[in-house]
Amino acid sequence: MKRLLFLAPVAVFGVLLVVFFLGLGRDPRSLPSVFIGKTLPEFAAPAVRPGDVGLSRADLNGGDPVLLNVFASWCGPCRVEHPVFMRLRAEGVPIHGLDWKEDAEAGYRWLQENGDPYIRVGSDPAGRVGIELGVAGVPETFVIDKQGRVRYRHVGAVTPDVWERKLRPMMEDLRREP
Amino acid sequence: MSAEVGQFALILALLLSAVQTVAPLYGAHRGDGVLMAVGRQAAILQGVFVSVAFACLIHGYVTCDFSMALVAQHSHTTQPLAYRIAASWGSHEGSMLLWVLILAIYGAGVAGFGGTLRETLQARVLGVQGVLGLAFLSFLIFTSNPFLRLSPAPVEGTELNPLLQDPGLVLHPPLLYLGYVGFSVAFCFAVAALLEGRVDAAWARWIRPWVLAAWAPLTAGITLGSGWAYYELGWGGWWFWDPVENASLMPWLLGTALLHSALVLERRGALASWTILLAILTFSLSLVGTFLVRSGILTSVHAFAVDPQRGVYILGILAATTGVSLALYAWRAPALRAGALFQPVSREGGVTLNNLFLTALTATVFLGTFSPVFIEMLNGDKISVGPPYYNRTFAPLAVPLMMLVVFGPMLNWKRDEAKRVLQRVRIPAILAGVALILAVALGGLDHLLAAGGIALGAWLLFGSLAVLVRRWWAGRAYLVRSILTTPRAVVGLVIAHAGLGMLVIGVTGTTAWDSEKVLNMRPGQTIEFAGRSLTMIALETVRGPNYEARQARFSVEDRFGPYRFRSERRFYPSAQSQTTEAAIRVGFTGNFYVSIGEESPGGIVVRMWSHPLIVWIWIGGFAMSIGGLVSLSDRRLRVGAAVRAPLPAAPQPLPAE
Repeated sequence: MKRLLFLAPVAVFGVLLVVFFLGLGRDPRSLPSVFIGKTLPEFAAPAVRPGDVGLSRADLNGGDPVLLNVFASWCGPCRVEHPVFMRLRAEGVPIHGLDWKEDAEAGYRWLQENGDPYIRVGSDPAGRVGIELGVAGVPETFVIDKQGRVRYRHVGAVTPDVWERKLRPMMEDLRREP
Repeated sequence: MSAEVGQFALILALLLSAVQTVAPLYGAHRGDGVLMAVGRQAAILQGVFVSVAFACLIHGYVTCDFSMALVAQHSHTTQPLAYRIAASWGSHEGSMLLWVLILAIYGAGVAGFGGTLRETLQARVLGVQGVLGLAFLSFLIFTSNPFLRLSPAPVEGTELNPLLQDPGLVLHPPLLYLGYVGFSVAFCFAVAALLEGRVDAAWARWIRPWVLAAWAPLTAGITLGSGWAYYELGWGGWWFWDPVENASLMPWLLGTALLHSALVLERRGALASWTILLAILTFSLSLVGTFLVRSGILTSVHAFAVDPQRGVYILGILAATTGVSLALYAWRAPALRAGALFQPVSREGGVTLNNLFLTALTATVFLGTFSPVFIEMLNGDKISVGPPYYNRTFAPLAVPLMMLVVFGPMLNWKRDEAKRVLQRVRIPAILAGVALILAVALGGLDHLLAAGGIALGAWLLFGSLAVLVRRWWAGRAYLVRSILTTPRAVVGLVIAHAGLGMLVIGVTGTTAWDSEKVLNMRPGQTIEFAGRSLTMIALETVRGPNYEARQARFSVEDRFGPYRFRSERRFYPSAQSQTTEAAIRVGFTGNFYVSIGEESPGGIVVRMWSHPLIVWIWIGGFAMSIGGLVSLSDRRLRVGAAVRAPLPAAPQPLPAE
């Protein structure tokens, strides 16, 4: 019996090792969304900016490829990617925002302070819309094509590198699509 | 040229680590003094060659040798010298080299200063150390070579991430690594003890200083990292439960447990096999901390370049070190001599309880950090674990532990009576009660929880000081002498426990009473906030060595008088990124934190926070670290390893701490 007790640590470690090994195969950054190639489900998120219209599914079939960025003021990596979106906005790339799991007020303050790169921005205080969209955490960014279909989902901050290497070429291709 | 020298030095070090593995282990097995001496020489030479390699890398950074791929990726000619040097450990490869450097230096230390150890034990420790050196040097050389050349060499490099260009971050990784790698020495001692099949007093006396030497810098490193996040990330948070932060917290928690159980082992010979297990697990968690974030299994703000090949290699190292040592543990530990018995109410009992809580806390953090991996494996769901989980699980375990901290040093070894222990802590208890009443009076009944936190902090502070007071009171007839002869270990204990109290006060103060305000301001405008009046004097563009900044200068009037400070938003053109340099007025009663945001025709967004008492978080953290260092300087630890002494230290004339 006592021997078994001393065996426990190595047994537990063995299990952990197997889990970690299997876990290596996955890439936590590129989560395929279940909506790849499909349109997102209907949703309507109330406004973040006072007196604004908020964000709904309909805003995503505007005839131009757009980015949908899920963010929150309490999220560290969102601060890292925010200046990138500010620059994209200045370059004319259309971006919509979804403020996840916090009061609209907090999101609005954050946008006021750091700048507001979004065309439409919706508030999702309880994370309900996030569940609809299959959001696992913030930040996440969806690339949506002219027909309103999700073409790519990026998990984690959109750094200048990610934008230049991955998202920009993708957006340019989508823009050329019929 | 320096890259090639560094490369060769690393290869030589790798070969030497192979010698360091085989020679002393075989020598100890055969009782061959010459082979064991070869092991010592190999360890010292390995230290020399890894140092040469590291010096070569630094040379490349200092001279801006962009033909070295690593330098080109993380350095820029306009980057200040200090940050060019710091950049040498700002990348995955460079930080691995630093890791190996510290490992090699510790190995050389065991070889050079371990003369008082039993020869076979020292040889086995060095042999195990050699295995670690072999594993990490080959990882470095084969998967993360820091000395790769670029051809053609670029004219200019890519700048180090501006967020990392900060004095705090220059020291943060080396301190953490001193801690992580320091635990490797305890690990080597543990495995060597299992190989030897015995744990004796000399072993126990050797392991504690090494644990302290790792724990103190790790504490300082974590504190520094938290301080950096506070002032650099620009929104005044100080702990985010990010996987990488957790990865440093786990070895810290378990290392703290190890620190205490090693004390029992040293003084009473009890808890031997538990201490060995803790030593193995603490270092394993350090490995997890240093490496798992590089394997791509978890995402984090801090995550380094992700590469599955590296991940497999790291898992291999984990399997080889932790797996083999735990298997060895299962095989050999049951045969270890059980230590002296003790009553539940005793110093040993207190430490056991402390260990239980700390282990449970570690498990909590571990589950929180890795449950996304497990859950996805089970049913494919992606989840994220955030602060709410930790608030609900960590705090309820940490609070009782902290309430118990005061009792520990008040308990007698072997057996004690609950009633008399309670008697001994009555004065700190009364003072904590007074603190509670004061906090309720000042903060109101709405903040009862916060008042409880302040009382807990006071309890820890006064309870720790009471250890000294009690000691001196008992020797009051010879007060000066009894003050002068107080062992540094006791002073260290008091400082560290009091530091924990300060930390609690800081966390409570800033969690319960912080306030913030955001508004648009123009130069000349004045605003009242949290008992201060803030005036923006000027808003202008300034140039730094490698950045441009919008700088707002403020003058502030508070009850301590007027002062000025400034807040910046910096833009680094070559890295194409922005950082916030907040204006922070640090004070013992609270910080005033002002950061600026976007500009518009209506002015510039100014966000201000009042963070009451927050500075005590870091004062407390550094106090704990200093307590560890003071304890490390204790004479008993420095000379304690002398196995030739016929008896353990003479019983102390005064009732122990």
